Amino acid sequence: MVKRMGKTLYQKVWENHIVKTLQDGRDQVFIGLHLVHEVTSPQAFGMLKEKGLRVKYPGRTFATVDHIIPTDDPVRPFQDAKAEEMVAALYENTQDHDIKFFDPASNKQGIIHVIGPELGLTQPGMTICCGDSHTSTHGAFGALAFGIGTSQVRDVLATQTLAIKRLKVRRIEIEGVLGDGVYAKDVILHVIRQLGVHGGVGFAYEFGGSAIDSMEMEARMTLCNMAIEGGARIGYVNPDQKTFEYLKGRAYAPDEKWEEAKAYWTGIQSDPDADYDDLVRFEAEVIKPTLTWGVNPAQAIEIGEALPVMESESAKDAAKYMHLGDVDSMLGVPVDVAFIGSCTNGRLSDLREVARVVQGHKVHERVRALIVPGSMKVALEAEAEGISKVLRNAGFEVRQPGCSMCLAMNPDKLVGDELCVSSSNRNFKGRQGSSSGRTVLMSPVMVAAAAVTGAIADPREAFGKGLRCSYGNE
Amino acid sequence: MAMSETKRVGRGVFIPGNNLDTDQITPARYLKCVTFDELSGTLFYDERFDSDGNEKEHPINDPRFNGAGVLLVGKNFGCGSSREHAPQAIKRCGFKAIVGESFAEIFQGNCTALGVLCVTASQPTIEKLAKGIEMAPSAEIEIDIETQRVSSLGAEYKCRIDSSVRDAFLRGAWDPLDTLLSAGAEIDATFKQLPYSGWV
Ligand code: SF4
Repeated sequence: MVKRMGKTLYQKVWENHIVKTLQDGRDQVFIGLHLVHEVTSPQAFGMLKEKGLRVKYPGRTFATVDHIIPTDDPVRPFQDAKAEEMVAALYENTQDHDIKFFDPASNKQGIIHVIGPELGLTQPGMTICCGDSHTSTHGAFGALAFGIGTSQVRDVLATQTLAIKRLKVRRIEIEGVLGDGVYAKDVILHVIRQLGVHGGVGFAYEFGGSAIDSMEMEARMTLCNMAIEGGARIGYVNPDQKTFEYLKGRAYAPDEKWEEAKAYWTGIQSDPDADYDDLVRFEAEVIKPTLTWGVNPAQAIEIGEALPVMESESAKDAAKYMHLGDVDSMLGVPVDVAFIGSCTNGRLSDLREVARVVQGHKVHERVRALIVPGSMKVALEAEAEGISKVLRNAGFEVRQPGCSMCLAMNPDKLVGDELCVSSSNRNFKGRQGSSSGRTVLMSPVMVAAAAVTGAIADPREAFGKGLRCSYGNE
Repeated sequence: MAMSETKRVGRGVFIPGNNLDTDQITPARYLKCVTFDELSGTLFYDERFDSDGNEKEHPINDPRFNGAGVLLVGKNFGCGSSREHAPQAIKRCGFKAIVGESFAEIFQGNCTALGVLCVTASQPTIEKLAKGIEMAPSAEIEIDIETQRVSSLGAEYKCRIDSSVRDAFLRGAWDPLDTLLSAGAEIDATFKQLPYSGWV
């Protein structure tokens, strides 16, 4: 008997985007959506110019400015001359090549991975790339979305295609209901802790199971955003009713062709009998509020859990860098800075949830607490809903949108060996702007708990029992 | 197109440690540039210099390894960002090849597109190569792309080069742009058959 083998979403979308298979075994793949920002694009436009080439499909590339934009006063010219030079280059390049640029004047500026979905540019069944590793975020919609380097940005600009190798697909299934104080961020930190920072190399991660089905789109984005931190260049969730509802009516979502679009999006879902290269299962109940202790996202533990015995050289080095010499767990570690924002957790639902839990609390006097909305839209809506007011009253500084302290290319930086509890995605040494600065990754609600306590705290204790995630569970 | 080649040779330098990420290779504050021209000085900056700019002990600062062309590294080298600044800094410091236990995928792709060859070898092999250059810093390391062998100081070891990377270097076609451009009409045809081509 012949075993019938279905296809994964990855296979289906990959196959319908192949232009041809190249001599070296890679595929030449058409890219449906190309996103660019100021850090990784100027050199690519430069390379294009050098070769006398033009952008092949200018209508399929969209730009914004996010990494270097100041979040206190984003008015040009920027005080930092180098930042100004970068943004000026983006204006020039997008104008020169007829590319739509969502600049601050458009009221649509924001972190590229926040505005893509917001505008409905990100759609299921598309190939999406950007010179930025967290492009995996867009996979939440059932797109194949991945980061590329600058030479590849050049390739996409010039040809709207890439030479790229097909990945294997690992399904990561999370069944059950997430517990109190457990958010998409905790889920992905748990997965990375279990599978390692390079466990996903060579794979696309397909996230599924009832816990994922229950997640709202913004929680799914948090999940896929960090697939790359586990080594998987792509993370995705099969599109479903929630995906369609999110997209309906968005500026760039199909309108007249809505039904046709829905049919395509439904058709690309992984078949029930799809053939996966690997399958890993987790029980939702097992996942607890999780945070990092070290200098990569897999160096993670549950809140309150004892720190591991530092055996390897790299663990010892990480513990030393983080000043963990005489602590047994992360609970109670004093905090200098609290940062809520980034393409991982800087969306409206994140801010809304933080506002919900911090009502009646005050940021501890020792802590500098920053909230940086992921986009102008998020900022405007947070203002309109009264969320920003609640946050300000609690002692948070609510700033203008951008990447900000996620990687501190703008003026928001750690000083010396300050410790920052952060809702971002990377805790690499020196990531937040000081070569000895320390980053502890966690969910926005856990950041808030630390901000009001002045030290790392269990959000379930800081904000009371029965803390339910309002956007991850049903 | 670049020249086809079967070998890469250079003196080595060993950077110990696993998971050396792109932020360590080029700290984010050095990404503020519109060209890649001035990146070479930023390579491993925070590992090489203290906050006052004084040199720390680091293999790249060690004069014995000046002019090395082959980097020896550990596991998951180049994880983190997809920015090409890290491979660009490596290339602009004169490195032609990296021999490591494993590489982050985007990083390896970026290196290939720049003509920096990524080769994987076992941990014992890298340890032996590292010991060799420690004793004899001027010894050359030779990577045979065709046979997938790396040799130094008279000893030869097996190594692995990703098949498409190997093919690209052997044909001198590590930069894919010309190949991609030549598919012009087929690209348009692929786009036209995509359901979403007519939606906006
Ligand atoms: S928020 Fe951070 S991770 Fe996301 S795009 Fe900006 S710098 Fe990169």
